[in-house]
Amino acid sequence: MPILTVDDLRTHYFTEAGPVKAVDGVSFTLDKGESIGIAGESGCGKTTLAMSLMRLIKGGAVVGGKIHLGDISLLDMSINEFRKIRWERISLVSQAAMGALNPVYTVGSQIVEAIQLHWDMSKSEAWERTAHLLTLVKVDPVRGRSYPHELSGGMKQRIMIAMALACDPEIIIADEMTTALDVVTQAQVLKLLIDLQKRLDLSLIYISHELSVLGQACDKMIIMYAGKIVEMGPTAKIFGAPKHPYTQKLLGSLMDIHSDCVIPDSIPGKPPDLLNPPKGCRFWPRCTVGQVTCETQEPLLIEVEPGHYMACNCSDDKI
Amino acid sequence: MENEQYFEVDHLTKFFPVKKRGQFFGKPIYVHAVDDVQFTVRKGKTYGVVGESGCGKTTLARMIMHLEKPTSGRMLFKGQDITLFNGKQMKALRRQMQMVFQDPFGSLNPVRTIRNIVAEPVRVHHIFQNRQDEKIKVQEMLETVGLSSSDEMLEKRPGQLSGGERQRVGIASALILGAEFIVADEPVSMLDASIRADIIALMMKLKEEKNLTYFFITHEFGMARAICDRIAVMYAGKMVEVADAASIVDHPLHPYTQLLIDAIPPLIPDPNWGKNISEGEVPYFTVPPPGCRYHPRCSRADELCKSEIPELVDYRDGHFAACHHV
Repeated sequence: MPILTVDDLRTHYFTEAGPVKAVDGVSFTLDKGESIGIAGESGCGKTTLAMSLMRLIKGGAVVGGKIHLGDISLLDMSINEFRKIRWERISLVSQAAMGALNPVYTVGSQIVEAIQLHWDMSKSEAWERTAHLLTLVKVDPVRGRSYPHELSGGMKQRIMIAMALACDPEIIIADEMTTALDVVTQAQVLKLLIDLQKRLDLSLIYISHELSVLGQACDKMIIMYAGKIVEMGPTAKIFGAPKHPYTQKLLGSLMDIHSDCVIPDSIPGKPPDLLNPPKGCRFWPRCTVGQVTCETQEPLLIEVEPGHYMACNCSDDKI
Repeated sequence: MENEQYFEVDHLTKFFPVKKRGQFFGKPIYVHAVDDVQFTVRKGKTYGVVGESGCGKTTLARMIMHLEKPTSGRMLFKGQDITLFNGKQMKALRRQMQMVFQDPFGSLNPVRTIRNIVAEPVRVHHIFQNRQDEKIKVQEMLETVGLSSSDEMLEKRPGQLSGGERQRVGIASALILGAEFIVADEPVSMLDASIRADIIALMMKLKEEKNLTYFFITHEFGMARAICDRIAVMYAGKMVEVADAASIVDHPLHPYTQLLIDAIPPLIPDPNWGKNISEGEVPYFTVPPPGCRYHPRCSRADELCKSEIPELVDYRDGHFAACHHV
């Protein structure tokens, strides 16, 4: 039985011009110990999805769908009840690691605060746990006494991971966790996360626009476009035999260091305005294989082979 | 053959003074941001500088553009020493060299219209006598960079454009004076992969059309490989390896270059990836370690590396590396 079930989730932001359908009918499941990568261009709804799972949406709301953590429905509980779930069962490592730490407290005391808020622990016990957590993310426990400005970006990101692990969660959501880091630091932090995920048997939702990073970290991939899932399947399938034209284009737009001097293809056009998304296939205006029917007929996410789903009207598997 | 030495940098150095905590008097200590760097950019070529944050690559670009004053060293543009140019001389020189900035969100004034932003350089240089000629030129530039030249576009403000469009505006204003030497500091690092390729393709197209020369700064080795003719890898203010793009990627000589390449996640996921990634980060040097600056992180390091600074040595046909153990 999956640990997390997301069913037909819809999150809208409310603007003067009307609702922006940032996440529009997303369904997936996450198993214990599984890692899922969510990829897509800026504005495809991947961060909104993560924030919906954490119930941290601002300026909008989850307007439909269900999120189940085991048997519990997360959307039906009050925000106070949900606070017990956040950190203790699901926690978030966000994009803005540099800014997420409070500059006037030592990083250690911020982890201690998180632990004490959720668990009935004495200060010295909490510090002990903090030292343990810092060792886990390969930071010298002495560093717990440092202020954020004394640490490098990579170190801060490790502190954020330690903080996310503070209350032994089952699920970690990592949102663009390594995006702001340098290549070498990114590789180090990514390696650490993969290692921790295996060792602690965590379930991981990793959100990034960098496909190659996700490919390394995740068992399963979800490709999102304009608020919807266009393709979902095992990482090897998505990278080895992508089915959806968007996935193919996305993979084609990456630079390969080991190929000869070629500038990869870009995807012409830009993602649709989610105030008034196209009626049929949302990728249709940018698609090169699209047919007339795509303009009006919305493709459904269907299973093209075991565990591999895709939403396209024109794929060979469907015709 | 005077074009061969198009832009030359000779023993260029930049130290930033920093004070120790609580120190008001006494000698300042210095961060060695760029330390004794030399290179030559050839006309019509793209010279790439790759390195992590803090390696000095942006300081280098800023010195070239006279946004930062070098501590020592010389810069020559078309054989002319521009190091000590004053404001007036630099203004004239900026008609030939311009910069494209990293952050298309921060580098465009949010309250000005696209027309004013793109026209700014020609106004500063009093190129046109009347507004109509100027408008035609602005429209021409917008078309050159693949943007609409409609009146609606001219009256838009940066906030109404996407990141890719903003960066195109940045390129348009860099090129409007007819500059031929462009210093680009991470021009696409803040954009999505799909748009990144677009902007790079545009820059390469403009290079062909206008016979531009690029000094291209990036932290992405893959990108440098795709577009640069020559690549220099910087570490802690020094160039550690300089070679032709294919040569440096396919046969890196310096262990740091190797680390940078190994750190890139492969396009096809590989379970063995990351085995060679050592811990450690770019240090913040006020007092650089003696000898090779990379030695505290290097697996090849020995006594020699700790005492003697390695020089850039040509190992094969213009493939330079600064390492004692190639």
